[in-house]
Amino acid sequence: MYTFSSKLKTFSLILMVAGLLGIGYGFYAAPKDIQAVEEILAADAHGSHEVSKSTEEHEVAGGHKAETAEHKVVSVDTEHKEHLEHVLHQLQNKPWAALYVACIFFLLVTLGVLAFYAIQQVAQAGWSPVLFRVMQGITAYLPVGSVIFFIFLVIIGITNSEHIHLNHLFVWMDPEVVAHDKLIANKSGYLNFPFWIIRAAIFLIGWNLYRYYSRKNCLAQDESTDDSFYKKNFKMSAGFLVFFIVTESIMSWDWIMSVDPHWFSTLFGWYVFASFIVSAITTICLVSLYLKSKGFLEHVNTSHIHDLAKFMFGFSVFWTYLWFSQFMLIWYANIPEEVTYFVTRIELYNLPFFGAVVMNFVFPLLILINTDFKRISWVLVMAGTVILLGHYIDFFNMIMPGTVGDQWFIGVSEIASVLFFMGLFIYVVFSALTKVPLLPKRNPFIEESKHFHY
Amino acid sequence: MSNKVIHAIYNDDDILMDAVKKTRAAHHHIEEVFTPFPVHGLDKAMGLAPTRLAICAFIYGCIGISFGTWMMNYIMIQDWPQDIGGKPSFSYIENMPAFVPIMFEETVFFAAHLMVITFYMRSRLWPFKEAENPDVRTTDDHFLMEVAVNDNEKELVSFFENTGAVEVKVIDKH
Repeated sequence: MYTFSSKLKTFSLILMVAGLLGIGYGFYAAPKDIQAVEEILAADAHGSHEVSKSTEEHEVAGGHKAETAEHKVVSVDTEHKEHLEHVLHQLQNKPWAALYVACIFFLLVTLGVLAFYAIQQVAQAGWSPVLFRVMQGITAYLPVGSVIFFIFLVIIGITNSEHIHLNHLFVWMDPEVVAHDKLIANKSGYLNFPFWIIRAAIFLIGWNLYRYYSRKNCLAQDESTDDSFYKKNFKMSAGFLVFFIVTESIMSWDWIMSVDPHWFSTLFGWYVFASFIVSAITTICLVSLYLKSKGFLEHVNTSHIHDLAKFMFGFSVFWTYLWFSQFMLIWYANIPEEVTYFVTRIELYNLPFFGAVVMNFVFPLLILINTDFKRISWVLVMAGTVILLGHYIDFFNMIMPGTVGDQWFIGVSEIASVLFFMGLFIYVVFSALTKVPLLPKRNPFIEESKHFHY
Repeated sequence: MSNKVIHAIYNDDDILMDAVKKTRAAHHHIEEVFTPFPVHGLDKAMGLAPTRLAICAFIYGCIGISFGTWMMNYIMIQDWPQDIGGKPSFSYIENMPAFVPIMFEETVFFAAHLMVITFYMRSRLWPFKEAENPDVRTTDDHFLMEVAVNDNEKELVSFFENTGAVEVKVIDKH
């Protein structure tokens, strides 16, 4: 049995406290009115004379689309004021968006582990059962993450419908915006708060139900005399995977793509999936390496780690494939309403946009292509850290341009949000790992898994 | 006398693997093993040096991507500049995303084909080559281990009979 070392527990608590303080500071430091925004902009070397240029950029950035031809004739003063209002919204969004990115990232990493686990069950994989308890430990974060995430969504929706605009993460929720925006108005049959929150509830409940019963069956199989619980898990996992791939796709439109409600991409669901599945496998690998370094998981050998590393490598390439496919088709067709997505990212988010490709593709490609490196712990820890950071930035790139536009900055809010959720994740996951033995001893494939060698 | 070899024939890959390990442990020299299909881990059990084919594959891939880059630059930019899909730029770099699929395919093409050719050459295989395997049953369901004999014929025969071989033959190799 694994025991949660007090050192790691303290570390996770420190992360959570530091994170909470930082998140609080982020909300406190966000400007309250346009006077404060004016001061901030004046403090920026390029102050008001760049107003017209940045207004254009904001239209591209997809914040508020109320601008029409009439605006071209209104006085510079109102335009300036409108711009300030706009920047104010973006700056007020910033701590919310930072929290949202970190929250959804850790939730989806957990979901990815759950999907990977379900694939192992359905494939009746012989190599992986020694890692099942690690995967179940990680998915223990799913209920916690789901509750926090759902509360977050409800708060956004309720405040929007009460016209208390704490934030403008989802502009399609604002009836004012919808009234002036034909594109969003046409989508309002799908993009409206009640339907959206019901979908979110169904998805989260569905995933959590599978997690709960699958783990329960896996534990019951340990004490069982036949393989009936194993077979139940097999059937349930197959059903879950069907549910998963549909809900995952819709989830990616609802929670991520809809921050840019004018834009859509037909492979977005796959793209998000690729991003979080590689992060999920990396997380399994890192947690396994940690437990192994502490002397647990005696049946996990370098061949198991090697297989995880191969998945890390393979899915990194898969992510790049989808990243490029999404980019190239839109770049080649060059249709204004589509290409604006990438124009914003390349012009305003140049470093994170291309930095993510370096971290998620070039680096893992070069370092993990070598067979021997896939078995060396410190190489994997290094590559894994870069991959996880890179995919956080990938989610940052998906959400920030539509919410904070050119006001992005990886500062206190962003770092603190990641620290908080990382602390919570470590606390929940490693507490869950202490609850049950780390070897599913009566899994029908456990012997094969123990002797797995490559 | 030094060209005498033992042919130990097995009908199961697991028994063969055990026999190979025992033979190696007893310090008999395995010349070659003939199998109807690739046996996982046999190379390690036989103590063969790790393959360098992967390094070749990497080099071939690099050649492929270079060739793809050069080819697209020559075809689309230099020789006959083409305006496709409203991208009339005469610059390679600005049109590069459109060329990535071709560069990628060239990488795969070169790596795959040259690797197969390298493998054939390294294994000394070419069209119309006479088969080297000493027993046709190794193309069906039998496994054959060839071991050198050094004045210890009797000892070896009884050794291999104990490893689970279905047949042990002493062959004069010319």
